[in-house]
Amino acid sequence: MSTTTAIEGIDETQASLPGRPPMNVILEWLTTVDHKKIGLMYIGYALIFLLVAGAQAMVMRIQLAVPNNHFVSPQVFNRLFTMHGTTMVFFVGMPILFGFGNYLVPLMIGARDMAFPRLNAFSFWISAFAGLMLYFSYFGANGLSGAGSAPDVGWFAYAPLTARVFSPGHSTDYWTLAIFLSGVGSIGTALNIVTTTICMRCKGMKMTRMPLLVWLYLVMSSLVFVTISPLTAAQIMLTLDRYLGSHFFDTQAGGSAVLWMHFFWIFGHPEVYVLVLPAFAFVNEIVPVFSRKAIFGYPAMVAASVGIGFISLSVWAHHMFTVGMGAGANTFFVFATMVISVPTGIKIFNWLATIWGGKVIFASPMMFCVGFLFQFLIAGLTGIMLSAAPFDWQLGNSYFVVAHFHYVLVGAILFAIFAAFYYWYPKITGRMMSEKLARWHFWLFIIGFHLTFDFMHIPGLLGMPRRIYTYEAGRGWGTLNMIVGIGAVFQAAGLLVFVYNLVRSYYKGKEAGHDPWDAWTLEWSTPSPPPDYNFAIPPSVKSRRPLWDLKHPEDPDADYE
Amino acid sequence: MMRDASTIPIDAGAIGEPAETPWTLPYRGTVGMACLILAEAAIFIIFVVAYIYYIGKSLSGPTPAQVLELPIFGTVCLLSSSLTVHFAVSALRKGKMRQCTLQLAATVLLGSIFLVTTAREWYHLIHDEGLTIQTNLFGTTYYSLVGLHATHVVVGLTMLSLVLGCSLFGLVKEEHSEKLEVLSLYWHFVDAVWVVVFLVVYVLGR
Repeated sequence: MSTTTAIEGIDETQASLPGRPPMNVILEWLTTVDHKKIGLMYIGYALIFLLVAGAQAMVMRIQLAVPNNHFVSPQVFNRLFTMHGTTMVFFVGMPILFGFGNYLVPLMIGARDMAFPRLNAFSFWISAFAGLMLYFSYFGANGLSGAGSAPDVGWFAYAPLTARVFSPGHSTDYWTLAIFLSGVGSIGTALNIVTTTICMRCKGMKMTRMPLLVWLYLVMSSLVFVTISPLTAAQIMLTLDRYLGSHFFDTQAGGSAVLWMHFFWIFGHPEVYVLVLPAFAFVNEIVPVFSRKAIFGYPAMVAASVGIGFISLSVWAHHMFTVGMGAGANTFFVFATMVISVPTGIKIFNWLATIWGGKVIFASPMMFCVGFLFQFLIAGLTGIMLSAAPFDWQLGNSYFVVAHFHYVLVGAILFAIFAAFYYWYPKITGRMMSEKLARWHFWLFIIGFHLTFDFMHIPGLLGMPRRIYTYEAGRGWGTLNMIVGIGAVFQAAGLLVFVYNLVRSYYKGKEAGHDPWDAWTLEWSTPSPPPDYNFAIPPSVKSRRPLWDLKHPEDPDADYE
Repeated sequence: MMRDASTIPIDAGAIGEPAETPWTLPYRGTVGMACLILAEAAIFIIFVVAYIYYIGKSLSGPTPAQVLELPIFGTVCLLSSSLTVHFAVSALRKGKMRQCTLQLAATVLLGSIFLVTTAREWYHLIHDEGLTIQTNLFGTTYYSLVGLHATHVVVGLTMLSLVLGCSLFGLVKEEHSEKLEVLSLYWHFVDAVWVVVFLVVYVLGR
């Protein structure tokens, strides 16, 4: 290419010169507005919290492994499940998915950065601050009353437990403010992703030609506006209650504890879709590449994603069947919840149809995607079980529910995130991850996952409630909880192999080159890692798979779309 | 074939017939503001829902019917400020700087008058009627909803005053009209929210 040589000069930036003092490197990362660096910081910070919250889960499993255990006190146990839930949702799930979105969306639509780079940096730093503040509660929440350490009100913090009388000290305030700030950051990043997608696409990148990942991030980010904001509003109310003595959730003054439940779950359920849509997004990109076929049913996939976005706003009260909302409300939310399985089912069939008849390559990203498909299906099936109100009355607040949503969060979302790591790591670092270690990771993790979460359903069916700190022997829960705990050890081992692989491959991995997977979207046309400006010449595209067109000029996609 | 150090140029024009011309996308400020408005609207909806849910549920007085009066003057001022900010934008688009500055000043003035009427209302309620955020559910929901809106008015006024200051020093140019329009969108939103607050608090709730 004649143009390529001329561009070389641009790469001679300070960043490419060897031997820079470490202070400069640190300063560069602290002040960066580059979407790739911010994306990586999101991912790194989420990984740290993943290890922290994972360690909390391990402690809880040790405590529950045998009956009448006294490994931790009830007070500590309450803090553990509160911090585990809050951390995993707000400081692992959201940032890791925003991190990938930040990194990939501009690259995939042929843009040089996000629409608002400085807002992007602001959103990251305020979210990071929120995470630190949540954990500072371990030291700072004592307050003058000397009461409280980390928050212990549960991740959904039902009223009136959060009232000043029942939660003295500042632990609940740290929880409230941390979630408020992380919400501000989430809204900022979501705003950025939507604006980038709508306003920064390269020439020819019509909405109907965007990679499905970009579509799903568009839906997810739009959903963030209408999900995170209600939570932010509810946190403002809770703060007013606790500091100014207002009565939103104060039942003694006529306030309503159920109103908090509604406000929380108006956030809480769509939040599940905020987390799972990016997981769908990764699978949408990875499955076609490793099946060597274009995605099956692109328009149906887009329609199903948008449909999920809308329907997810009308299902929240299925978290509240046990409250006693009356037959009318119960019927509506049962029906709405069951309806959402239709677009989700469409997605699963489209992925299967993409794999069907393809030349499937079982590299590590594809293995995790197959795990995702299988486990997401089961998670969906237990979801349909729980969506039936009478069944939910029986099993609400039991370990069956815990097993169900961990099947979604770990079995589906975390598996898709692992797939994304193996798939995009070569692009991000320029080196391949070790396939051998990846297989160890996969098998350790999938065995551990099924030991833990398959067996966790059963104590739930046998009546074991969630959030208990111990239980008596002779209930028939002991062996099952031991198996669940053993599974957690396998998962922890798998996770450590993964982290080791991340670090080791950075130094010793095979050189990846531009396009190690022979993929088709624009990010693979950039060098690995991509330069600060992404594209020296703004690309222009004519189909959904611009790199296919480049590699197969005799048979371009544009002829078929 | 490719040099490893650089991005492979992707040019659709090289494949088959040339890529479609012209390629225009929406202004990012407008889209970003629309997103912010959506998120803010969701916050207000939750506060409005709480207000409606708690209408008539207070365990003690005073009730809205006893203490609230229709804030007609303030409402007229705030809603007309939507018009003036619109005139400011269209004046800037046509390059009429003097007209733009004048309309901006009118907007800031009208918005400030609205804030003063709210402040006087609050003073009356707190000082004369003894209604605070702690008194009852009406006080709780009233002060938080109206206060949230007033906070947004303050933010809007701060930004409008900044633009007014800049335009007094001649720093606002014709090419900034798109940016001023983004700010005007925010201001229209604050006014629209007031219409909802007015209907809920002073009409429905009384």
